[in-house]
Amino acid sequence: MAVPAPVLTMSGIGKQFPGVKALDGVDLRLSPGEVHALMGENGAGKSTLIKVLTGVYPADTGTIELDGAAVAFGSPLEARQAGISTVYQEVNLCTNLSVAENVLIGREPRRLGRIDWKRMRARAAELLSRLELSLDVSAPLSSYSLAIQQMVAIARALDVDARVLILDEPTSSLDAGEVEQLFMVMRRLKEEGIAILFVSHFLDQIYEISDRMTILRNGRLVGEYLTSELSQVQLVAKMIGQELDALERLHGEARVFDRPLIEARELGRAGAIEPFSLTVHEGEVVGLAGLLGSGRTEIARLLFGADHAGTGEIAVGGAPASLRTPRAAMHHRIAFCSENRKADGLIPDLTVRENIILALQATRGWTRPVPREQQDELVGRYVKALRISPPNPEHLVRDLSGGNQQKVVLARWLILEPRLLILDEPTRGIDVGAKTEIQRLVAELSDGGVAVLFISAELEEVLRLSHKVEVLRDRRLVAELPNDAELTTDVLMETIASGGRDS
Amino acid sequence: MTTTAIGRTSVPAKYLPVLVTGCLFAAMFVAGGIRYEGFASGQVVLNVFIDNAFLLVVAVGMTFVILTGGIDLSVGSVVALSTMIAASLMAGPGWPPYVVIPLVLAIGSGLGLVMGAIVHAFDIQPFIVTLAGMFLARGLCYTIGTDSIPIEDATFTAFAQTRIDLFADLWISPSVVIAVVVVLVAAYVLHYTRLGRSVYATGGSEQSAMLMGLPVGRTKIAVYTISGFCSALGGVLLSFYMLSGYGLHAVGMELDAIAAVVIGGTLLTGGSGFLLGTVLGVLVLGLIQTIISFEGTLSSWWTKIFIGLLLFVFILLQRVFSARTRR
Repeated sequence: MAVPAPVLTMSGIGKQFPGVKALDGVDLRLSPGEVHALMGENGAGKSTLIKVLTGVYPADTGTIELDGAAVAFGSPLEARQAGISTVYQEVNLCTNLSVAENVLIGREPRRLGRIDWKRMRARAAELLSRLELSLDVSAPLSSYSLAIQQMVAIARALDVDARVLILDEPTSSLDAGEVEQLFMVMRRLKEEGIAILFVSHFLDQIYEISDRMTILRNGRLVGEYLTSELSQVQLVAKMIGQELDALERLHGEARVFDRPLIEARELGRAGAIEPFSLTVHEGEVVGLAGLLGSGRTEIARLLFGADHAGTGEIAVGGAPASLRTPRAAMHHRIAFCSENRKADGLIPDLTVRENIILALQATRGWTRPVPREQQDELVGRYVKALRISPPNPEHLVRDLSGGNQQKVVLARWLILEPRLLILDEPTRGIDVGAKTEIQRLVAELSDGGVAVLFISAELEEVLRLSHKVEVLRDRRLVAELPNDAELTTDVLMETIASGGRDS
Repeated sequence: MTTTAIGRTSVPAKYLPVLVTGCLFAAMFVAGGIRYEGFASGQVVLNVFIDNAFLLVVAVGMTFVILTGGIDLSVGSVVALSTMIAASLMAGPGWPPYVVIPLVLAIGSGLGLVMGAIVHAFDIQPFIVTLAGMFLARGLCYTIGTDSIPIEDATFTAFAQTRIDLFADLWISPSVVIAVVVVLVAAYVLHYTRLGRSVYATGGSEQSAMLMGLPVGRTKIAVYTISGFCSALGGVLLSFYMLSGYGLHAVGMELDAIAAVVIGGTLLTGGSGFLLGTVLGVLVLGLIQTIISFEGTLSSWWTKIFIGLLLFVFILLQRVFSARTRR
């Protein structure tokens, strides 16, 4: 396939942040009528590259050429006016305004300085119909789903004479049908000769839509490849810079454990989860499988004391225990990494060290501060063990990528040396490299005698790690399956679907 | 989708808060008419306008600020400062009103501009910036004089005593005309100009508005300037009404203005609300005063009690509305 002349060329881009070299000699070229995937782990520099391109940050070194002419944008607005439009992962629109305004605000059709609402609505409807959407353009944007809002953002991006469209993880909150709709729109735009830069963590999506890809690792360029010439395994290896052996080696299996750590008997909470019985042994990884809202998180919260149990009892290490508050649970060395790391776990304006020390400090009480020396020693060890990047404990957590933030939350709990670690969706929204590392960590912890309760929507991951799998459906624990040779994702899905009646 | 059925017709959710305030006003008027003789007349409503024209103008400025998600605590002090500057310049050096009034408006706008620039440039909470402005303006009043300064300028007194007769024995003051013009101009700006739409967008999500390429900084500075201008104009109207300048005028008026805006259905978090709501909010506050005065035996502090209760109810309503639209 002949390579059309690139519409946009970035060469030798370098960007330095205090303490981190975010980009170093990165090249990127985008051709008209092509979907170009930008690949890399969290923290590889994808977002920084996009921000340099769109004028959010100035580049320290390197040049950007648009149609052969050197450009340097001072703001996203200038980039847009030059024809480079961006749609971000979080929909950056004003949901309080109408759909039409969101498409056109800043460029409303006017007559004598007066906004011409009628023409504005007509123009917005026209732009949306280009994406095969028919919406009530005078309704507030908040009345539509996230997927539609994403499309509206694209319609807005296209109103200016866009030649380059950047889609920064547009699919992370969309369901399969919505992704298909988005891809249809992308193919259409491609035919119109627009160059699309696409960022996504979903490899299947990359292979479905992209023609070419550029891979980054640790702020450096790995290379540019045709999607059709690079297998998924090769891609992942290039992204994480190592072979996938580690990932393959891990495999959960059924084993006999004889030292029960936590026994829940008929534990339940009205409206949240039907009474269930569950035993977790030392060194055992128990997977919780089930659909979203099937009661997975509710079980975790009961065991951690975040919610009060209405019925039943818990024994820890054979002795009855009352886990009425998280504090009490922490006293029994139970740790809980919640699903929503941004809202519940991390304090973005504190440093990595401060965030990691937080839980340890809380168990000691404020009157006995952890000595600085001990802090540095502990934090240094976990930053190294978990490969938190950048490996600087004084970095603000806010500036870390999603996967590394997740590792900080993990480190916080690991420092307490828990006997039971509850992980609620620890790998969601993070890239494949960090995912592997977290999975390996779970396996290592379990070898060291720590019990792990592992919640994940990815059945494959549950199977890979767990010794036994608890299946949940409609807020009820319906089956407990040992992870033996017969247990496959298909069996799991069937159990979830049938509610465990057949087994 | 976000329409709520009322009876058989359906009203878009965004008009609902204004509708509630409108119904409240109507209900209060009817209740007053049943209870008190001579209450149910058009002049009672017009008197509410006449007695609160300055508050209405100030509340218009406040609406702009609150729509962006900000707050302006300085308005009462700027009103007082405006009356003080106007009165002292006319009483002392004997400057004519056509010089004094533009000067006062310029000073008020300038104060707003400075506060807006500080809020934007240093990214400081509007609450604290305008609190500082409030102390500053109130303090400046006393550097001019600690006593009330009467206004004896012929133009001012003539203006204050003019009655504009409408049909059937109804009349209004020139201040009401000015206030109505301000409301109409402001409504046009909010609905039909880029500035107005940027105000709503900024209040909806400042981050998004910026990424959409809107001039967020300029918008924020503009709303505080508008609020400063409206406060100064309110001060001029108040000096027509009081015929004096005094450092203790308009104490706590910022809170009345905020109350009127909130009762009018504008969300304190910004991005949602209408000027019509603010007008109704001012009318409701005025009508409460009227009812208390018709009652005769009640002390005027009951006004505050009712305003307080109303605010509680409306803030809870805001919660209910915004919780529902978020689902």
